[in-house]
Amino acid sequence: MLRTRDEKEERKTMANALHIVVCAGIVPDPLQTLEPVTGPNGPGLKNEMVLPAVLDPWAACALYEAAALAAGNPGSKVWLVSLGPKAKLQQVMMTVAQKASFELVAVDGPIGGFPDALATAAVLAETIAALPGLDRERLLLFGGWESASRGAGVTLQLIGERLGISDQFQGVDQIEFRDDGSFEVLERVEGGKHQVSMCAGTPALLGWATGNLAEPRNNPQIGMTNMRGILPALQRAKPATLQANGLRYVSVNLPKMQRATRVVKDLTPEQIASELVAWIGAE
Amino acid sequence: MATESILILTHVDENGVALTRASLEAVTAGITLAARLACPLAIGIVAQDAAAPASVLAQTGARLLAVSGEAFAQPRHVSDAAACEALCRAASATIVLAPASSRFARVAASVAHRLGGFIDTHIAAIGGAESIEATRWFYRQRVEAVIARDARPWFLLLDTGTHIPFTGEPGAVQVEQIDVPLPALRTTVIELRSPKLDAQTIRPDAGLLFVAGAGWTKKQPDGQTHVDQAAELILSFLRNSGASLGSSKSLVDQGGEGHSVLPFLTHLNQIGQTGATPRHPKGLSTCCHGEEPHVVGWRFIAERRAISLDPNCGWTRGKADVVYVADAFQVIAKVNELLAAERA
Repeated sequence: MLRTRDEKEERKTMANALHIVVCAGIVPDPLQTLEPVTGPNGPGLKNEMVLPAVLDPWAACALYEAAALAAGNPGSKVWLVSLGPKAKLQQVMMTVAQKASFELVAVDGPIGGFPDALATAAVLAETIAALPGLDRERLLLFGGWESASRGAGVTLQLIGERLGISDQFQGVDQIEFRDDGSFEVLERVEGGKHQVSMCAGTPALLGWATGNLAEPRNNPQIGMTNMRGILPALQRAKPATLQANGLRYVSVNLPKMQRATRVVKDLTPEQIASELVAWIGAE
Repeated sequence: MATESILILTHVDENGVALTRASLEAVTAGITLAARLACPLAIGIVAQDAAAPASVLAQTGARLLAVSGEAFAQPRHVSDAAACEALCRAASATIVLAPASSRFARVAASVAHRLGGFIDTHIAAIGGAESIEATRWFYRQRVEAVIARDARPWFLLLDTGTHIPFTGEPGAVQVEQIDVPLPALRTTVIELRSPKLDAQTIRPDAGLLFVAGAGWTKKQPDGQTHVDQAAELILSFLRNSGASLGSSKSLVDQGGEGHSVLPFLTHLNQIGQTGATPRHPKGLSTCCHGEEPHVVGWRFIAERRAISLDPNCGWTRGKADVVYVADAFQVIAKVNELLAAERA
C-alpha cells in the first residue's frame, strides 16, 4: 500500500518520539558557605533548609539537553524527577520552570549529599517505574554524571540497573540521533578526549557532563505552562525515607588548609616572570 | 573484624597492552590494605589479551584472574559490567578496589548492585585501625568525610593520583581465565576523538595546571579586547611549559553566549564547581577572581600561584600561596620569552 509523504513523515516522527526522564536533585547555591554539622540523623549542613538552592548543575545540563532533544523529535515528552523537601523544590522550580518544558514528578525527601546513594536510587527507580504513560522501550534516562552534593556518580547508574537499562553512558557531552532510531554518543574519557559510541537505540541511560548547550534564557511563557503542573505535582509528592544501608560517618569536616598568602604588589612584570619561571622549573 | 578478602579490578590502556596508571595505583592501595589486614588478595584484569599486562603483576603474589576476548577490548557498559561481575563472583571478595577511571566509573555501581553490594567512589585514602575507613569529599571538594560500612561486598573506587603506581619486574604468572557469556551487544565503540584543537591542551600528567579566567577576554587598559593576543600568549605558554590548560566556567560559557572566546577552550577545560578537580603538583591562575566555585576545583593542586589585577581577589584570602598583583598579559609575555630562551 502506498503511503503519502505526510504519513511517512508521521511514522518516522512517531518512531523517534522519545520518553526522556531526567533525574535531578537540588543542591546549595555554589556561592554559599557550607558548614557541616552532625545531628541525630547523621551529618548535614548548618542551616541547610534556609540555604538558597539551585538545580544540580550537571543534571540541569541534562534537562536542557532533554528539552532540546524533545523539541527536535515531535511526540516526545520530558519528565523531571526530583527528590527533595517540597518547599525547597518549589523554590527551585520557580526558576527552572522558565528554562524548559517538562512534567515535574516530585518526591518529598531529605536534602543533601550525605544520605546513601543506594537508598536514593531505590526511591527514584520505583518512582520512574510507576510513571503513567511511560513507554520503557522509548526511554532515555538522563541525569548529571555526578551531583554537586554527594558527587558519587552512582545514583543514576543504580537507577538504570534497577530499571534494566543495560546501555549506559557517563560524562556525556553529545547525543545525535539517526533516522533509524540509533544514536551516536560522546562520552568524556581521560586526557580531554571523547569516546564515540553508536547505540542501536532506546532504552538507554545518559549521565550528562556539561553538554554543548548554553543555559536557556528564562521564558515566562514556558514558566506559566510548567507551573500549572508543578504545583499539583508538589502537592502529590509522596514522602520518602532513605535507609542508611549501614553507611557510617566517622568524621565530617571542612578542610583546614588555609594558606598564608604572600601578596606581591611591587614587582615589575620582568621580575614576576623570572620568579615564576624559577618556580615552574623547580622540583 | 570479619575476615576480609580483597579484589583489585584493573584494565588496560587504550593500546590494550599495559595496565593503566590508575589501575597500578589501585594495585598499590590493594597490596597495602591486604598487608595491613593480613587477608587474601586477588587482582582481576579486563583486557582483550591479559597475558602482557598480567606479567607486571608477578611480584604482587596475588591470585590473578582475567576476562579476555575481543568484546573486552572496548570500554562499554554491557561488556565491562559483565566482566567485572564475573571477576567479583570468581574472587568472592568482600572488598573490591578499582580505579575511578572513566571505564570503571561507568560500571562499578551496576556491578555492586548485581552482587548485592555497596559502593563509594572518589576515595582519596583508605585508613582505619580496627576497621576499614575511607576518606572522600562531598559538595565538590568542600567537605571532607571519613566513612565506614559493615555491609559487604564494599566497592571502593579510588581517585587517580592518590597512590603511587605499582612497579615490579615482569615475570611469568598464572592467570585464571574467567568465561563471561555476553548478551547481544547494542553499543559499538567507534573511536576516541580528541577535541578539534590546534594542540592537545588537557594533560593530566603535567606538572603544572594553568588556568585562564574570563579576564583574558575583557577590555584591557586601552579600552579594547585582545582575544587573539590572549590566545597566542596562552598557547605559547602551554607549548613552552608543557602545562595542562584549565578554565573558569564563565570563560567557557562566553562561547555559548556569542561573546569573543578563546577558540581552543571547551567545557572539558572547565575547572571548579561544574568542572574538573584535577591533581597537579602546581597551579597558576591568571585573570580569574578566585571565588569559591572556581577554587573548589583546585583542592588537589599542591602549590598555587595567581596573577590578578585585583589585590582583593579571592586568591589573596588564603587560597593561593602567592598572588602577583599584575597584568597577566605583560607577565605571561615575559614568562614566554624566558621559557623559550630556556628551551633554545
